[in-house]
Amino acid sequence: MIMTPSQIEARRRERALKTKQVAGQAYLWLLLVVLYAPILLIIVFSFTKSKVFGNWTGFTIQLYENLFTGYDRTAQVRVDPNLYRAIVFTFLIALIAAVCSTILGTLAAIGIFNMRQKSRRAIQLLNSIPMINPDILTGISLFLLFVFLGITRGMVTVCIAHVVFCTPYVVLSVLPRLSKMNPNIYEAALDLGATPFQALRKVLIPELRPGMISGFILALTLSIDDFGVTFFTKGSGGLETLSTFIYADARKGGLTPELRPLFSLIFLVILVLLVVMNIRSARQEKHT
Amino acid sequence: MKQLTEITLSRRTWAWPYVLFLVLFVVLPLLLIIYYAFTNGQGDFTLYNFIRFFHTTEAVNTLIYSLAIALITTIICLLLGYPAAYIMATAEFKTPAVMALLFILPMWINFLLRTIATVELFNMFGLPLGEGALLFGMCYDYLPFMIYPIYNTLQKMDRSLIEAAEDLGANKREVFTKIILPLSVPGIYSGIVMVFMPTVSTFAIAELLTHNKITLFGSLIQRSFGEGGIAMWNYGAALSLIMLIIIALTSFFDQGDKDDAQKGGLV
Repeated sequence: MIMTPSQIEARRRERALKTKQVAGQAYLWLLLVVLYAPILLIIVFSFTKSKVFGNWTGFTIQLYENLFTGYDRTAQVRVDPNLYRAIVFTFLIALIAAVCSTILGTLAAIGIFNMRQKSRRAIQLLNSIPMINPDILTGISLFLLFVFLGITRGMVTVCIAHVVFCTPYVVLSVLPRLSKMNPNIYEAALDLGATPFQALRKVLIPELRPGMISGFILALTLSIDDFGVTFFTKGSGGLETLSTFIYADARKGGLTPELRPLFSLIFLVILVLLVVMNIRSARQEKHT
Repeated sequence: MKQLTEITLSRRTWAWPYVLFLVLFVVLPLLLIIYYAFTNGQGDFTLYNFIRFFHTTEAVNTLIYSLAIALITTIICLLLGYPAAYIMATAEFKTPAVMALLFILPMWINFLLRTIATVELFNMFGLPLGEGALLFGMCYDYLPFMIYPIYNTLQKMDRSLIEAAEDLGANKREVFTKIILPLSVPGIYSGIVMVFMPTVSTFAIAELLTHNKITLFGSLIQRSFGEGGIAMWNYGAALSLIMLIIIALTSFFDQGDKDDAQKGGLV
């Protein structure tokens, strides 16, 4: 078969495009390999029981067993009970902070949306401060506040601090939903005899739910991942979250080996969640 | 009574609790940093804290060094991240969203633990824990923050502009330098800010990555609040104020749209 010059040209172009795509993909995968190497290392070394991270002493699921039973059978010692307290506090604080900031942020977003341009801008500027502020400055400024006011630092101060840096993200997740919704339906509900509270519950919240959910999840993640702010607001009463626990552990020299299986499992859970979420959203897209 | 209903009806007032909260827990604490920075342990006005900083060569050097490290990290992240974001936004993937997610996924693992794992990685390959490890670790931690905003702006870009440029005779390079690059500038700015700010202020990562061999400005601040009592707090507050000024100056860079809730890069 003889090809016309234009066909040859098209072929050549197609091939060039393909090599380019392959090269691009290869670059992305290379970055991902580097990005995931430390995580893979954690997972691999969760299957060996060596106390020292990076030291392979044979395959075993002993650390997983230790993590779940809280007892190291071979060494006949308990797994550091502070680890479990840290796990509980991490998730408890994250949950409290996420719930509080979702409520506070949603109400604030509704208020901001109905404000006049000038005050709206002023509050949005104020709202962006905690997002711009690095964690060390948020932490230190709150530390000084609590010291200045004579408030003992502990669980409450950590929760307040987390609400400080979570709420702006909730506000920003909810605001776009407000501009998308029909502004009249809330008034319509009031005209039809609903109290403001009923109108909020039956009209506004269902409309805003997607924004609230993404704000809530974002708040959870930010809170769980936080180290800097917690470090300065937790006080010296022995309150630790996973972040501060790991930091204290690393400074002492040895990392509690059970952290390896713990984070391998967390990674697995998140991976599964994301895959499920993605499949679901892909399906929804197909249906619409 | 009528006024009361008006207050509950006008939804403007719903933001008041949050405004009060912001004033109490954001504005007041920042003012306290300024207050502590300009006073001594007894609460008297003084400039001593700043004089002390500028007379301690070591402290000033640490600040300059931290700025340099943050700048280099930001540049490396931009050089590595822009092509990645560009490829992700333009290539015909079957699942572009999955690719973007893969880059964010590591952020869900506690960053201190990831940093420690990076240290182990360096140990395994017999690499020294110095500046190289510090830069690698910082880039590793903050690269997703560069990729995501750039990816977002590139994805929102109006594709017809590219086609129009091509139809009008622009070649590939011209399309990139005259259309794509200028349009992605807001994303680049946000990326720079989102990488520079945390790297310039970080305090735990440097310690872990270099086994305390390198001190960054953030660690200097942290130490003044750890030991030495109240007199050090005032000094620490002065250092914090310097950091605050650096952050404020950097934030002017960010021209990306502020309503973008996806900034944190999640759902």
